[in-house]
Amino acid sequence: MVIVPVVTDGIRRKTGKSPQAELFARLLKDVADHRDRQAFAQLFEHFGPRLKGFMMRKGANAELAEDLVQDAMIAVWNKAGMFSPGKGSVTTWVYTIARNLRIDRLRREGSRYFTDIDDYEEASDDPASDDIVIGRQQDAAVTEALQVLPEDQRQVIVMAFMDDMTQAEIADKLDVPLGTVKSRMRLAYRKMASVLEGLK
Amino acid sequence: MKIAFHLDDATVMAYAGGCLASCLSVVAAGHVAMCDQCRARVRKAEAVGAALLETGKPEQLSAGALSSMFERIDGSDWIQPKLPGQADRGADPSLPVPVARVLDRKLDEVRWKTIGPGVGLHVIEKNPDGSSLYLLKVRPGQKLPDHGHVGQEMTLILRGAYRDLIGRFARGDVADLDEDIEHQPVIEDGEDCICLIATEAPARFKGLMPRLLQPIVGI
Repeated sequence: MVIVPVVTDGIRRKTGKSPQAELFARLLKDVADHRDRQAFAQLFEHFGPRLKGFMMRKGANAELAEDLVQDAMIAVWNKAGMFSPGKGSVTTWVYTIARNLRIDRLRREGSRYFTDIDDYEEASDDPASDDIVIGRQQDAAVTEALQVLPEDQRQVIVMAFMDDMTQAEIADKLDVPLGTVKSRMRLAYRKMASVLEGLK
Repeated sequence: MKIAFHLDDATVMAYAGGCLASCLSVVAAGHVAMCDQCRARVRKAEAVGAALLETGKPEQLSAGALSSMFERIDGSDWIQPKLPGQADRGADPSLPVPVARVLDRKLDEVRWKTIGPGVGLHVIEKNPDGSSLYLLKVRPGQKLPDHGHVGQEMTLILRGAYRDLIGRFARGDVADLDEDIEHQPVIEDGEDCICLIATEAPARFKGLMPRLLQPIVGI
């Protein structure tokens, strides 16, 4: 195969076709179809350090974080064939794997109840062409939208997604009512959803 | 299936962010499994997680991380991933998979503990932090005690239907309520109503009978 260098300097800021997202989708397909190690190495090079940062943020030490990175990437290797471009970008898929692992391994209560969204869905048919476009454009669009989100909303989102804090914990930490945390999360969701709708 | 009541936007975000309490997650997952609309909403919210992962601070991996990765791949047989939608044996096929998985038996095989006239309870989980997950079966025409909530409460209707001041809730609908809401559901005529309920903290029932029951029920 032709080796394409991985773009590691962040996502293109402009909403539109994201070369990085397309590259990841192609690499993952090579892993699924041909057990392509070169392609996997490129995905590992990109996602590994990000996943490690993600895990350490929740309090894992460097060693445990690397274990979790390996577990996440093993799942990428094993489940590559189950990735469906219509359901979102490769980055979103990797995020859901990491999120579930984090709940499973870093939270005491465990995750036996938290199931992967792909876990209870029918194996997907070919997605509509619209969906594929959204999958490829969404990374860039959401990243851009996050940057212009009001700081109080952004802060709540980061605490929820990255620091694994419940809404009640966020309210405590920020010393605001629970209802305020919820309304900030709602506003942030609506903003993101409207951005993604705009891609259609 | 026509679903009328959905997850709150804030719940969609918390669920996608993986920070919803585990009891509430089961109810959310059960609804999402039955609701195309909420499944699409969760996917959108997960894109937020992806953007944060992408722009978060990377940490350098130790030297040899990739080669030990390949050693692990070589050392283990390729594992056939579980097929989507697969629940354990003995699970109830009429239930959404995330719910079937925690119940470990069919809905008709549940042993109900009678906690009041026409009201059966089956506790699935009760946690030290006060959160709990339970099934409630209520006969047609029965009123449930008026109650408010200390924390978040989420109810997923699995069978039958009820009405309260918000509207009519039937199979697949979820009541995702804030702590400040008080409601008194009335079960619709026809069949028993079976709901899966998760609470962050014990419900506050009002009136004498419920108060007497509270210590027994513990919900």
